Amino acid sequence: MDGANDSAVKGSCQCGGGCASAGNGKFLNETPMLDQLESGPWPSFVSGFKELAERTKKPMLRGVLDQLEYSYQTKMGYWKGGLVTVDGYGAGIITRYSMIKDKYPEAAEFHTMRIQPAPGLHYNTAMLRELCDTWEKYGSGIITLHGQTGDIMLQGIEQDKVQECFDELNQNGWDLGGAGAGMRTGVSCIGQGRCENACYDNLKLHLDALKHFSPQVHRPEWNYKLKFKFSGCPNDCTNAIMRSDLAVIGTWRDAIDIDHDEVKAWIAERGVDALVNNVINHCPTKAIMLKDGDIDISTRDCVRCMHCINAMSKALSPGKERGIALLMGGKNTLKVGVNMGSLIVPFMKMESDEDREAFLELIEEIIDWWDDAGLDHERIGETIERVGLKQFLDGVGIEYDINQISRPRDNPYFKAKY
Amino acid sequence: MSSQERTWKTIESGPHTYEEALHPVVRKNYGKWKYHEIPKPGVLKHVAESGDAIWTVRAGTPRQDTVDKVRLLCDIADKYSDGFLRFTVRNNVEFLTPNGENVEPMIAELESLGFPVGGTGMCVSAVSHTQGWLHCDIPATDASGVVKSMMDTVYNEFKDMQMPNKVRLSTSCCSINCGGQADIAVVVKHTRPPRINHDHLVKTCELPKAVARCPVAAIRPTVVDGKKSLMVDEAKCICCGACFGACPAMEINHPEHSKFAVWVGGKNSNARSKPSTMSLVAHNLPNNPPRWPEVTEVIGRILTAYKAGGRPWERIGEWINRIGWKRFFEETGLEFDDNMIDSYRHARTTFNQSAHIRF
Ligand code: HEM
Ligand code: SF4
Ligand code: SF4
Ligand code: SF4
Ligand code: SF4
Repeated sequence: MDGANDSAVKGSCQCGGGCASAGNGKFLNETPMLDQLESGPWPSFVSGFKELAERTKKPMLRGVLDQLEYSYQTKMGYWKGGLVTVDGYGAGIITRYSMIKDKYPEAAEFHTMRIQPAPGLHYNTAMLRELCDTWEKYGSGIITLHGQTGDIMLQGIEQDKVQECFDELNQNGWDLGGAGAGMRTGVSCIGQGRCENACYDNLKLHLDALKHFSPQVHRPEWNYKLKFKFSGCPNDCTNAIMRSDLAVIGTWRDAIDIDHDEVKAWIAERGVDALVNNVINHCPTKAIMLKDGDIDISTRDCVRCMHCINAMSKALSPGKERGIALLMGGKNTLKVGVNMGSLIVPFMKMESDEDREAFLELIEEIIDWWDDAGLDHERIGETIERVGLKQFLDGVGIEYDINQISRPRDNPYFKAKY
Repeated sequence: MSSQERTWKTIESGPHTYEEALHPVVRKNYGKWKYHEIPKPGVLKHVAESGDAIWTVRAGTPRQDTVDKVRLLCDIADKYSDGFLRFTVRNNVEFLTPNGENVEPMIAELESLGFPVGGTGMCVSAVSHTQGWLHCDIPATDASGVVKSMMDTVYNEFKDMQMPNKVRLSTSCCSINCGGQADIAVVVKHTRPPRINHDHLVKTCELPKAVARCPVAAIRPTVVDGKKSLMVDEAKCICCGACFGACPAMEINHPEHSKFAVWVGGKNSNARSKPSTMSLVAHNLPNNPPRWPEVTEVIGRILTAYKAGGRPWERIGEWINRIGWKRFFEETGLEFDDNMIDSYRHARTTFNQSAHIRF
């Protein structure tokens, strides 16, 4: 990057500690505590940062390492937020200003650009190299693959380079993810790309849904954040139930598909003990019976937990009538305590464009309701906890279904309409 | 660099498209996969209805990557997997190739570059990871460094498949817990109420917002030196740090008094038991950079006991459900204390509402 070397000279260490006299011919100052994270077998981010800094001589990288070292020494963090955006958008750049820029002026600004990757986190090397080139040109060269909400996080850019950097990325097909009180970037498991368990095309639904809500990703306008996660089956590899407000989890309605020859081959290889101890005994509803050296599954008892299918991948598969279950309201601690998503819609087909459109209409309804009923800084699960599931279902026009509860109420105080 | 006249009009495209990023064999067999096997740790073999097979080699990454590291991964993908790669939600990188002969050389090259191959099946996979001192504005500790230290100690468990079932780890640098629910989670716990900087508070904070953020209504308006400010009822405060997120003048982070806690038994999957949230099993561990040895020691104890006592397919929470909490504390050598009895909302659902007793 032009000019990097100049500012490197003027921005030499200001910390006043021993590091000012690095004097070892190296670009970086001493970082004795961080250096200890270079030993051990797991790949070290510190080594990566240092190599990048020595190669590119970007002053910001030296400043960030110095500030991080200072955090390690003082056991305190030193970033504060602010507001930086690109033209037309109100979100997607996470602003970071240093609180100790007098000490480390090279790290005065260290903003992050959240970039939405392809669903399922798939890349070809051409697009990834292009991304790296742009990022090296305008930013620090540090990349987080990936944040918990699913974004590529390009970490470390100054405000006056953000627009140009974004324009170049945008020309190559990339767009910013969300932040603030709006729709956030989604997450998908690999789904039908490689997994035999995937019960719907979660990559396609993810793409359609996030494109549909792009305006709300870029211009947050709701009570608070809303996150989608799309898992192809109840194994829920994206942790949708815990970590998204809208958990879209693939499932099926008919019987598990059994290849009896493969069941026999499994038993021949591993023995009946393994079948009983590792498959049958683990079925949560005792839906599986051992019968003449083969298995019999009572579909009416099966809760579609996936265990037997996981254990006997060759022999068992989800049924043929596949679709999604929608769970809602998952979030972590702040402030009512941990909440898992709860089942709202037990089954929706998700095969055609019409199915996907019907899904998006439902989500629109849900958001409209939440807009009206929710309070500022209240996630949708908290709103439902406050006003009641029944009120939500009535408000959105979703039918009652016994699958929405784990048991009927145990509290006798209610007012019924007779 | 001054901002020039823009020549590009933004296209609000949303997420990047995926079709061009799928390996041709994946595209051909999309939605038509039949079964999979794990030929060895770090390697998956998926077979499609068409008879096509694709091998996946999975490797750990630092997650806090750089353009240089990403270009290295691209070199591997160009050489062995036709220029395609992907990442998992636990920050592992995956290379998919239809050519089984590429598997061994790819493993050798990844390992020689320092990317451990593993993370499949019954293993300890990479950590679901937060931000920490590198980037967040409310952390009491680092994330990447804690993760690096943890993964160094469970390196063999990542590369092997000797656990009863998958073990998911997570870290979080404040009690908001972006890291999420996991089999074993390391989460910061503040142990002192916030210290209020009244000069900053009046200038930087919206008072009603900070008041509204408190889950136990411990924040009250007050007047300090004739100016409106806030006070904290320290008897009520549960040291959650939520107010600090809204109002940085309510400083909760403390180099000594922000501690680590370890939680176990979180599970997202529906397989066998329903998804479950975590329980507290150790706390008051020091925030001890750069290696946090006290934290990794506790994780080691839990993993050792689980590995010895868990039955095939039991996740940590399911193992504990079978043996009971009493034996969990005996077998890990951790100490049950009164802080582990819940005192927040819905606490009674965590009490023993039965006469099921273990001696
Ligand atoms: C200034 C305050 C906060 C900062 C700087 C912050 C930062 C972050 C970042 C950087 C991520 C990963 C983002 C990504 O991958 O795109 C994240 C995820 C997350 N944050 Fe925060 N966060 C803040 C406040 C909160 C609050 C108030 C909550 C709780 C209500 C929260 C809950 C979460 C959760 C649960 C995740 C993970 C969610 C998922 O996996 O989908 N955060 N946060
Ligand atoms: S959630 Fe189900 S479909 Fe998706 S990757 Fe995991 S097992 Fe496969
Ligand atoms: S999917 Fe789960 S509930 Fe259904 S039969 Fe298999 S183990 Fe039992
Ligand atoms: S856990 Fe807390 S401190 Fe850590 S990244 Fe999340 S919000 Fe920031
Ligand atoms: S730390 Fe939590 S409980 Fe204490 S005053 Fe702040 S918001 Fe309230």
